[in-house]
Amino acid sequence: MAALEKGMARHTGVSNTTSFQKKSRSKLVSIPGTRPSVQNGQLIVSTGVTSLDYVIGGGLAVGTLLLVEEDRYDNYSRMLLKYFLAEGVVCGHELFLASARDHPDEIMQELPSPIVDDVASRKIGEGQPQPCDTENPDTMKIAWRYQNQPRVQTTLASSLRFGHYYDVSKTMEPEVRQAAKCHTFYPLQETPATTESSLLPSPYHALLKSIQAVIHKEGFDGSTPQSKVRNVLRLGLHSLGSVLWRDDLCCKDNPAHCHALTTFLYALRGLLRTSLSVAMVTVPSHLIQNRTVMGRIIRLSDTAIALESFRGSEQETSPLYKDYHGLLHVRQVPCLNCLTCEVPNTKDLAFKLKKKQFTIERLHLPPDLSETVSRVSKPELAAGCGTTATGNKHLDF
Amino acid sequence: MKSDFILLSDRQTDASFLIHHYLSFYLRAGCKVCFLGFVQSFSHYNAVSQRLGVSLTQARDKGQLVFLEGLKESLGVILQEDASQGTQPLNYLRLPGAGLECLFKFVESSMRQSWNRDDGETRGPPVLLIDDLSVLLSLGVSVKAILDFTLYCQATICLELKGNMVILVRCEEEDADDDEGSDLLHRGLVHQCSLALHVEGLPTGYCRDIHGQMEVWWRRREDAMYNQRKIFHFKVHDKGALFFARGTSSAVL
Repeated sequence: MAALEKGMARHTGVSNTTSFQKKSRSKLVSIPGTRPSVQNGQLIVSTGVTSLDYVIGGGLAVGTLLLVEEDRYDNYSRMLLKYFLAEGVVCGHELFLASARDHPDEIMQELPSPIVDDVASRKIGEGQPQPCDTENPDTMKIAWRYQNQPRVQTTLASSLRFGHYYDVSKTMEPEVRQAAKCHTFYPLQETPATTESSLLPSPYHALLKSIQAVIHKEGFDGSTPQSKVRNVLRLGLHSLGSVLWRDDLCCKDNPAHCHALTTFLYALRGLLRTSLSVAMVTVPSHLIQNRTVMGRIIRLSDTAIALESFRGSEQETSPLYKDYHGLLHVRQVPCLNCLTCEVPNTKDLAFKLKKKQFTIERLHLPPDLSETVSRVSKPELAAGCGTTATGNKHLDF
Repeated sequence: MKSDFILLSDRQTDASFLIHHYLSFYLRAGCKVCFLGFVQSFSHYNAVSQRLGVSLTQARDKGQLVFLEGLKESLGVILQEDASQGTQPLNYLRLPGAGLECLFKFVESSMRQSWNRDDGETRGPPVLLIDDLSVLLSLGVSVKAILDFTLYCQATICLELKGNMVILVRCEEEDADDDEGSDLLHRGLVHQCSLALHVEGLPTGYCRDIHGQMEVWWRRREDAMYNQRKIFHFKVHDKGALFFARGTSSAVL
């Protein structure tokens, strides 16, 4: 966010004497795959799952951190990470993937393939009346003035949209995947640093340095000149805090390095705030015994959700949950650049993973208690009876 | 309000709207403000304050506001290899066992520097605002060091300089039995403060129109040892928060 404003200030050049600045005057950067939020104008990206975007208030704000508490066997959180990276590939963002258990290249090969609109390939431009006969799409009878317009590109025409759908049964084509630039970090392959910092143990320190190097080299923090096209960096960090990152947070009740992960998250947030990047971190919270540390980890992230899958538990056969694969808890939603945050309607959410969609639905409706509830409409109905001729028929006395 | 130490705390909800309110309130009153913003960037506070009618960039340029941006400065300290930077306010990051002495020296020097108002009116007392102190626990600082720091600040700012302090701490769940926890920090600070505002969610569950309840605890007044507690419900909207007595929300009436 700060990087964007710096960029805008450089565009306008002079220091503004008034705090009021018309939006049309400042050149708002338009990066593919992002859009300004409807609540507060923040630049947001999609997480790859459209129903998750809706639940967290429209999307992920650029410069923030999304924390996902893993489910017990890491099935659905890993799926969410893959959706997040696949969305980055489709939108043309750059990727950074760090994983300790599986090699990042293996995760990249498992990305779901996007569902591409076949209809988009036949439409020529937007807002066209459809020709009545589609047997000869090349010559147009109605929209003949658009005959000579260039065709919209077929495969990734959907990249202009915000949020896409993916087919989980198919993996992404290698040529589509390789079109996106991906940086990886695999701690088992990193050479241990000669000088170890006392603040952060080795894998976290090396990871942080690697992220900072990528951000600086590729210019996400605004360090390179304006001639380069602006892009967003998506960071996917898998299973931080687990034993494979040489962190004993998940093993012991009183770990030796209990501040390692929290310091790392604090520093990561500092990096994100000063660059055009967004991060998704998954943490095996079911292994962390110390609830205080888990609370601190949630406070240090911006958006936090937790997945609880029914697999292997007695809830799997419960009739209440028979349509769903698990519960989704929204632990925290950020209030960025404004006092109020997006308050969700209900907190009872459940998810299910279908072949073509990861849906999140509410389990039951909340009590109908709000300031704009139906009490107001009663006098309106009474007034409407007498005046409108086409009023509600069942109210005619 | 004379020489108050106001403690803002929350549990499982967000009390940062109170910090924004106090920041714009004191800046409008013409006080010298030292703001330690550990958890958000300067542009976030600036954007919110502009909605409340105050420009932080102008205040900072004039010298009325001293802003320590924790996120940006800490990154440099955590990542750098050599420790040859001398005394810095964020020295606690480099040596977690050490206390917050350098941070206190930074606060003290900025409080003692006076600033000149354009219109020459009398200046208000200096104010220290901290958002939020419990994040230092996540960075490895001990509870004892933080309590020493606040005691030093109170002695200097409230007693000597006749200023005010507003500190935000965030607590965790009730049942966390942790020696070095934020509950211990919260209890220690409640003893030191003169007014404690504690923000929590509603005990009956989640409601869209009532964002929570706030408990106001007057610990100390000027003349007597005063101990009064009251609970209000509140709803946060774009330009501030609305407080009302329990049960009188417009959603219910």
